[in-house]
Amino acid sequence: MNYFLRKNVNRLMLFATFICAILAMIPLVLIFSDLLIRGGGALNFDFFTQLPKPVGETGGGMANAIAGTLMLILTASAMGVPVGVMGGIYLAEFGKGRFSSWVRFSADVLSGTPSIVIGIFAYTLFVLPMKGFSGVSGSFALAIIMIPIILRTTEEMMRLVPVSLREGALALGIHRWKMLTFVVLKTAASGIITAIMLAVARIAGETAPLLFTTLGNQYWNFSPLEPTAALPLQIYTFSISPYEDWQRQALAGAFVLIVIIFLLNALSRLIFHENKN
Amino acid sequence: MKIKIEKLNAWFGKNQALKNVSLAIPVNTVLAVIGPSGCGKSTLVRCLNRMHETIGSAKWEGKIVLDEESIADFDPVTLRRRVGMIFQRPNPFPTMSILENVTAGLRLNGMRNKKELESIAEISLKKAALWEEVKEKLHQPGVSLSGGQQQRLCIARALAVDPEVLLMDEPCSSLDPISTTHIEELIHELREHYTIVIVTHNMQQAARVSDDTAFLYMGDLVEHGATKKLFTNPKEKRTEEYITGRFG
Ligand SMILES: Nc1ncnc2c1ncn2[C@@H]1O[C@H](COP(=O)(O)OP(=O)(O)OP(=O)(O)O)[C@@H](O)[C@H]1O
Ligand SMILES: [Mg+2]
Repeated sequence: MNYFLRKNVNRLMLFATFICAILAMIPLVLIFSDLLIRGGGALNFDFFTQLPKPVGETGGGMANAIAGTLMLILTASAMGVPVGVMGGIYLAEFGKGRFSSWVRFSADVLSGTPSIVIGIFAYTLFVLPMKGFSGVSGSFALAIIMIPIILRTTEEMMRLVPVSLREGALALGIHRWKMLTFVVLKTAASGIITAIMLAVARIAGETAPLLFTTLGNQYWNFSPLEPTAALPLQIYTFSISPYEDWQRQALAGAFVLIVIIFLLNALSRLIFHENKN
Repeated sequence: MKIKIEKLNAWFGKNQALKNVSLAIPVNTVLAVIGPSGCGKSTLVRCLNRMHETIGSAKWEGKIVLDEESIADFDPVTLRRRVGMIFQRPNPFPTMSILENVTAGLRLNGMRNKKELESIAEISLKKAALWEEVKEKLHQPGVSLSGGQQQRLCIARALAVDPEVLLMDEPCSSLDPISTTHIEELIHELREHYTIVIVTHNMQQAARVSDDTAFLYMGDLVEHGATKKLFTNPKEKRTEEYITGRFG
C-alpha cells in the first residue's frame, strides 16, 4: 500500500470512529431535550411538594413518589450494600475454593437476570405470604439487583490493592482483620463507593420489579409494610393514561429521575477521581 | 546472641528455597545477606518475622530463636512487633498522611492518646533522619514524598512500634545514590540500638554497613563470617568468585 492510500484509510477510519462516538451520545441528548421540552412545563415548585391531583384537576405533583423512591433506595441499600461489600471481601481475601467460584458464577448470572424475574421472585417470597403489596418487598427486589454489582466490584477493588501494602501492614504487627479493614478496604474504598453509587443509579429507575411488589400509591405513605409510591411507577401509570396533564407530569417525572441518576453518576466519578489523586 | 538460626529449611510448594541454613546474629550488629538473584535471601529474612508463611504454599522447618525463645512459639503478630521489616519498594499507606503512616502500627493496635502518638512520631522521624524534611507537612499524604523520603518514612513507621530487630530487604534498590547514602548513614546510627539484617546486591554497600556477611547460593549458606574477612580473604571459592563479580 502506498503512503497516500494509507493516509486516507487512516483518515476514513478516524472519521468513522468519531461518528460512532457521537452516535453513542445522541440518544441521551435526544431523550434529555425531549423530556425537557414536553415535560418542562409541568416542572414547578408544586411538582416537588404536592401529591398527584385526581383526574380532571390540573396541577399537583409527585412529592410522594420522589420521597417513596428515596425511601426504597435507602432500604434497598441498607440490605444490599452490607451483603455485597462483605461478600466481596470474602471472595477477594478468602475465596480460593470451589464454593467461591460458585458464588462468583451465581452473582454473574444474577446480574444478567431480567429484573422482572427478580420482581416475581420477591412477589412470591413476600407479597403472597404477607397478603399485600409493600415497600419492603420492593426494596428486597432492588437489593437483589444491587448485590451482584457491588459484590463483584468490591472483590475486584480489593484485589487491586497491592500485596506490598498488605505485607507492609502485617509486618508492623497488625492483625489480619485490622489490616483488611484499615488498609485494604480503606484503599479500595473509593472504588467500592463508586460501585455502590452506580448500583443505586441502576435501581433508581427500575420499574418492573416494583410493579409486583411496591405497587404504587397516590398518597403519602411512610410505612414499609404498605404500598408505596415510586417515581418509575408513577411515570408508568401517568404516561399510559389518556390524560394530557398526567402525560406531561410523567415526562417531568422522567426528567427528574434522569437528573437524579445523572447526579449519582457524576458524584461517583467525583469520589473516584478525588481519591485517586 | 540476638537471633540463632538452626537448620532452617524453607519451601515454596515443592521448591526448596533454603537448605539447612544455620547462623547466629549477635546483639546490635549488622548482618549483610548477599548472593545471586533467587538464592533465597528474601526467604531467609522473611522467615525471621514469619512473613514467609503468609504465602499460601510456603512452609518452613528448623529452629529460629529470638532472645532464647523459639519464634515458632510466638504469636506471629507479637513477633512482628519485635522484628520490624523494610521492603525493597517503599510502601507507605496511600490513604494516610505522613503522621498517620508513622503511627499506623500503634494506632491500629489501639493506642489513642494523641499527644503520645505525636511525640512517638517525632522521635521515630528523627531517628529515620526525616524529621527536618517533613515537620512542616505532617498532614500531607505519605505518598507525596520522594522515593528516598518514602523509604525513610517506612523506616520511621517500623521504628515507631519499637522493634529490637530490623529486617531490610534491599532497602536501597529503588533509590538514587544520594538517598542510598542517607539510608546507609542511618543504618550506622541505628546499629547502636537495633540488630539489623540487610539484604543487598551491592557488594560495596555490604562492605560499608555490615559487621558480618552471609553468602547464600541456591539456598545453601556457603559462607558466613566477619565482613572484613569474608571480603578480603574468603574461604570458599564460590564466595570469591561472587564478590569479584565472576558470576551472579
Ligand atoms: N511467592 C513465591 N512463590 C513461589 N516461589 C517463590 C516465591 N518467592 C520466591 N520463590 C522462589 O524461592 C526462591 C528464593 O527466592 P527469594 O525471593 O528468596 O530470592 P532472593 O535471593 O531474594 O532473590 P532476589 O535477589 O531476586 O530478590 C526462588 O527460587 C524463587 O523462585
Ligand atoms: Mg529478594
